[in-house]
Amino acid sequence: MAGYSYDRPRKSITLTVLLGALLIYSILPLVWMLFSVTKTQPELLSSFGLWFSGPFSFFDNVQAVVTRDDGVFLKWFANTLVYVVVGAGGATVLATAAGYGLAKYRFRGRNAVFAVILGAIAVPGTALAVPTFLLFSQWGLTNTMWAVILPSLVSPFGLYLMWVFSAEAVPTEILEAARVDGSGEWRTFFTISLRLLAPGIVTVALFAIVATWNNYFLPLIMLNDPNLYPLVLGLYQWLADASGIGAQPVFNLVITGSFLTILPIVVVFLVLQRYWQSGLNAGSVKA
Amino acid sequence: MTITRNRRVALGALAALMAASLTACSGGGDDGGSGTTEGAGADEIEAALQEGGSMTYWTWTPQAETQVAAFEKAYPNVDVTLVDTVGAGDANTKLQNALAAGDGVPDVVQIEYQSIPQFQLPGQLVDLTAFGFADLQDLYTPSTWGAVSQQGIWGLPQDSGPMAFFYNQEVFDAAGVEVPTTWDEYIDAARKIKEHDPKTCIGNDTGDAGFTTSMIWQAGGTPFQTENGAVTIDLADEGTTKWADMYQPLIDDELLCQLPGWSDQWYGALNDGTIGSVALGAWMPGILEDGVPDGKGKWRVAPMPTYDGTPVNAENGGSAEAIPGAAENKLLAAGFLKWLNSSDESIEEFMATGGFPATVKQLESPEFLGYESEYFGGQKINEVLAAGASDVNEGWQYLPWQSYANSIFADTVGQSYLDKSSLLDGLAAWQDENVSYGTEQGFEVNGG
Repeated sequence: MAGYSYDRPRKSITLTVLLGALLIYSILPLVWMLFSVTKTQPELLSSFGLWFSGPFSFFDNVQAVVTRDDGVFLKWFANTLVYVVVGAGGATVLATAAGYGLAKYRFRGRNAVFAVILGAIAVPGTALAVPTFLLFSQWGLTNTMWAVILPSLVSPFGLYLMWVFSAEAVPTEILEAARVDGSGEWRTFFTISLRLLAPGIVTVALFAIVATWNNYFLPLIMLNDPNLYPLVLGLYQWLADASGIGAQPVFNLVITGSFLTILPIVVVFLVLQRYWQSGLNAGSVKA
Repeated sequence: MTITRNRRVALGALAALMAASLTACSGGGDDGGSGTTEGAGADEIEAALQEGGSMTYWTWTPQAETQVAAFEKAYPNVDVTLVDTVGAGDANTKLQNALAAGDGVPDVVQIEYQSIPQFQLPGQLVDLTAFGFADLQDLYTPSTWGAVSQQGIWGLPQDSGPMAFFYNQEVFDAAGVEVPTTWDEYIDAARKIKEHDPKTCIGNDTGDAGFTTSMIWQAGGTPFQTENGAVTIDLADEGTTKWADMYQPLIDDELLCQLPGWSDQWYGALNDGTIGSVALGAWMPGILEDGVPDGKGKWRVAPMPTYDGTPVNAENGGSAEAIPGAAENKLLAAGFLKWLNSSDESIEEFMATGGFPATVKQLESPEFLGYESEYFGGQKINEVLAAGASDVNEGWQYLPWQSYANSIFADTVGQSYLDKSSLLDGLAAWQDENVSYGTEQGFEVNGG
């Protein structure tokens, strides 16, 4: 195998075509959405999906989205921000602290904790939603923001990720050196370890943000009050308006609302991407 | 297939859990609903409304907001919190959850006619007989009253959905087809429309539980019967078989569009004339006007096709409002409910934006019958729709777990649509699933 290296990879037509097809498959729905947000409701139903048609009504659609039902969309947007900042933010903090602790300290019961966490990863969150609902209703927490935030704080997968990452990214030698120099554990964590952990933290934060942003089933059963809904649930409500007695189809607003809903996620991804990529190869090369 | 089976097991387990938790933590406020001791006359109810208080109303009715505003104006001391429960399916889940949890239960709640037994049989609804609501019987059409009153009064009807045949005149004219008056003519028309333009079809159906049960109802079938807690399921009875035999050629010869109802493709197909007709409840005109603007002036309505020329009809959709046994303020709830579904003011508010009422007075009013719909090319549509309300077959009942039954419809009868196999086999599979589910739920079930 001469002549090929990381910088000059071997070319494969098959692989290129296959990946190209996958790329188109992934991008196509987004392209369809970009064209669809510029259409009125009747045009949306009657025109070809992958090109413009009729009057350019993107701005009218946006206006209709933010003014429908007394601007409830903006309220949903604000709610989602709260759920993400408090829920996903909290989940990241907890996962980082716990993952680091499990990776870098030896203490009694550590293996038991670890077994529980690995077990927790195997249980899909949806399966826990109903038991959580019954528990919360006994505590009088249903139909409050806490009902969505508290379960979002727990991220076994994030914790597991941070444990793996901490074990690799924070050499024990550095911690020992810090201890010798008289630094306390907290100070070491905040001044040294956190910086080394940054790529891992960003990765966990990304997962948590996306999971909270898209969370559907939990808010669905926990919340009755539309004023507490996150975006996903609100958009679903608008979509459901198209069926049954008294139906008022507003597919154009659902699509425009969806477009506005994914924008922040796209921005978050673009901003955090460089941290994230730099973390992917961490620990892959022994210095 | 395995996935749906697993999901079904999970759902069954979920339902069992719900049932278990229901008995475990339904403490307080739940007096079984079947033998309510609190009763009150009209004067007491009126006094409670004057005195006021706060209550919660769960509904997905688009007109609810204006109705509640009008109510609060008439009774300024009552504060009604309105919760939009989106749609019937989610509303059932929400109510089930709230009842299971024993808190956050609404005082008045919208329930589809087909889901009333689901909440009434476990004793989760208040029998409104104690509030003197039996006197209101004559206000409503027999079929809607029948839907809320089985060994008690479990709600007051809000709307009705006597079926009618809505068709696009332009599509029918292009294919040279007359409006079918019998199902045989309907099948002929379906063939002609398909021959005229293979892209078009007379209707669409991918297997819809609500539509199918209404069609069986129209054919005179009574596949579900509940008496003293014992459920009989016979999805091969005379009426059911009659419908399946009539409908089979439509599936075998691919005469219907394979489009699920209410989807964006469905609205699109109605707009561009791909689908030439729909047989649905009398609430359909408002949806055509809103969702099918391109059909303006082209659509008409006719009575449902029949089997032998005798007018016969069924209800499709519609709901009542009920009071859960766990409601905190039953007296206030009864007052609001009575106003909501029996006062002229409220019903007219409901009708102003396309609601189709359940009350005889409004259905027979000259103003309502004389309304000429611009969308339907000036046709007096309410004459056709209201006439359909009086031909509804009596004796129809839904299952005590109808929403679950509907959720497994696609896996059973829906398969017949997919592989063009016998509908009766699909219905038999649906029956078997329901017999075993009902038995698991602790009902006494007899299968045909």
